[in-house]
Amino acid sequence: MKPKPVGGGNKNRDTLWELRLYVAGQTPRSLAAFSNLKKICEDHLKGKYHIEVVDLLQNPKLAKGDQILAIPTLVRKLPPPLKKIIGDLSDTERVLVGLDLRPKF
Amino acid sequence: MAGSKSVRRLEKAPTGIQGFDEITQGGLPKGRPTLICGGPGSGKTLLGMQFLVNGAIRYHEPGVFMSFEETAEELAKNCVSLGYDLKGLAASKKLSLDYVHVERSEIEETGEYDLEGLFIRLDHAIKSIGAKRVVLDTVESLFAGLPNPFILRAELRRLFRCLKTKGMTAVITGEQGTDTLTRQGLEEYVSDCVVALSHRVANQISTRRLRIVKYRGSIHGTNEYPFLIGETGLTVLPITSIRLEHAVSKERVSSGIPRLDSMLGGKGYFRGTTVLVSGTAGTGKTSVAAAFADAACRRGEKCIFFSFEESSSQVVRNMRSIGIDFQTPLDKGLLKFYAERPTLYGLEAHLASVHKAIDEFKPKVVILDPISNLTSVGIESDIKMMLTRIIDYLKVRQVTTLFTSLTSPGDVIEQTEVGISSLCDTWLILRDIELGGERNRAMYVLKARGMAHSNQIREFRLTSRGIDLVDVYVGPAGVLTGAARLSQEALEKGQEYIRRHELELKKINLESKRRAMEAQVAAFRGQFEAEEKEVKSLIAQEEMRIKGATHLRRNMARMRKAD
Repeated sequence: MKPKPVGGGNKNRDTLWELRLYVAGQTPRSLAAFSNLKKICEDHLKGKYHIEVVDLLQNPKLAKGDQILAIPTLVRKLPPPLKKIIGDLSDTERVLVGLDLRPKF
Repeated sequence: MAGSKSVRRLEKAPTGIQGFDEITQGGLPKGRPTLICGGPGSGKTLLGMQFLVNGAIRYHEPGVFMSFEETAEELAKNCVSLGYDLKGLAASKKLSLDYVHVERSEIEETGEYDLEGLFIRLDHAIKSIGAKRVVLDTVESLFAGLPNPFILRAELRRLFRCLKTKGMTAVITGEQGTDTLTRQGLEEYVSDCVVALSHRVANQISTRRLRIVKYRGSIHGTNEYPFLIGETGLTVLPITSIRLEHAVSKERVSSGIPRLDSMLGGKGYFRGTTVLVSGTAGTGKTSVAAAFADAACRRGEKCIFFSFEESSSQVVRNMRSIGIDFQTPLDKGLLKFYAERPTLYGLEAHLASVHKAIDEFKPKVVILDPISNLTSVGIESDIKMMLTRIIDYLKVRQVTTLFTSLTSPGDVIEQTEVGISSLCDTWLILRDIELGGERNRAMYVLKARGMAHSNQIREFRLTSRGIDLVDVYVGPAGVLTGAARLSQEALEKGQEYIRRHELELKKINLESKRRAMEAQVAAFRGQFEAEEKEVKSLIAQEEMRIKGATHLRRNMARMRKAD
């Protein structure tokens, strides 16, 4: 448990993190995902992230573009490469691995 | 018959696939999901695509194609060869192509999720074109892309239920598993209709087959039906699809052999019927077939000659030896040869090529020589099915067909190798008769439906002027042909002469006896007459004497003055 980000840290240290969270309505799972994400970003990417929440119920067309199947899905648009993290983001460790904020074992 | 009532009630969505709607009696269950399973390359995607495109074009039911394997671009490209313009259909909102891409390496699972995204996409696609049909091809690839099979199963179950609630006629394809119909057991979720496709290779020949495993609430053909993937897509070839309802003709066509015509009620075969000529090797089957083809061409009718044994030039040359000229009709375009080795391709492909040739050329007469050769590419029951379909196909088109079939000498003569005899209307049997050190051909009509026909065996002779049928000798010495027949006939002529001579003698004898008898009768009569005369004069004398005596007595009394 290192407090400092390693993976994402050495590259793109100053670039903006563009994250997109796909949800379908205000379900408890979506809300949980959003608050989990917010917390992780505050802890690890404070000041250099941007979260966009897409509600597919309102914008169903957008599901095709990012190949969204599972809900909720978090897409890391920037920095590249594109990453997808599915689930309610309750497993912080795996979210960090998925976002390249922590190296895989 | 409660079942048949519900059949009428169950609504169906026609697929427009030739043959498929016949075996399912109308198509897929409307508003319900259907599972189509099969191995790789068995034609699942094609079946789904045809279902959608036909629906969009012919039945005004727009459709959504959700592909998990191929991109929309690839699909469009693949379907161009079938003449489907997917992009055009998509542009006119009759079709929606959606490629769902799942890449395992891009995805990290971090808690609970569902497949609402997929639902929304599908729902959006359906709503945007007002779809009635949906194809999911193949949803099983999600199992490779998403980490949690438990969630996936639950979600798929929900997906199929959702499709049903929306009233979508859906086709879900699934990869065949080792022991199960699909690798992921999708058949547990989709239980209304299951269609299995297979692609089998037996004796190095591949055949595609389709079977309706189940169809809830409807009767359906249960057989495995062969199907083809051709230039126009999928074609199922069910025997039962062609009902026995073809119109029949009373017209007769000459067999090209005058004596054979007279054996068949004097006029030849019925138009549009099937003639089978079977016999052992070298009995002249091809010659009988050629005579028929020749007669057709002389009438100015078109004829196709499918030769599975000889090349066309070989047939032309050989038939010239029996006085049949094929070159002229060939040049005129009345005759066409299709010489193919049966092993060139599988039975179904042969069937397709026969169909195609017939459709293009539109002949009145078709010859298949010989059908027994097809045994090298299929098993008996398959060939029988194929021939049944050819026969039906031709009968509907009023084409007169002649098959030849080789029988092996050991076999029962009334049995063709491929067992299609019952399908034929006229059956001619050619056979060898070996006698007195020579071998002669004989022919008889085993059956001829709907016409009075000769029951006699004729000697069948191939001469340089054509085919000739001669009466065989049938007598106390048995059936004789060739030289034996000639000598037997000579022998009989001699015996006949002697018999006639004897008869003459007997007649003369009788005459002289009669004369003798008549002379005797005359003598007796003369004797009798003489005797009669004598007796009569004696009687007269006696009467005279009695008269004289009485007179004398009376005179004496008068003289004695007696009182």
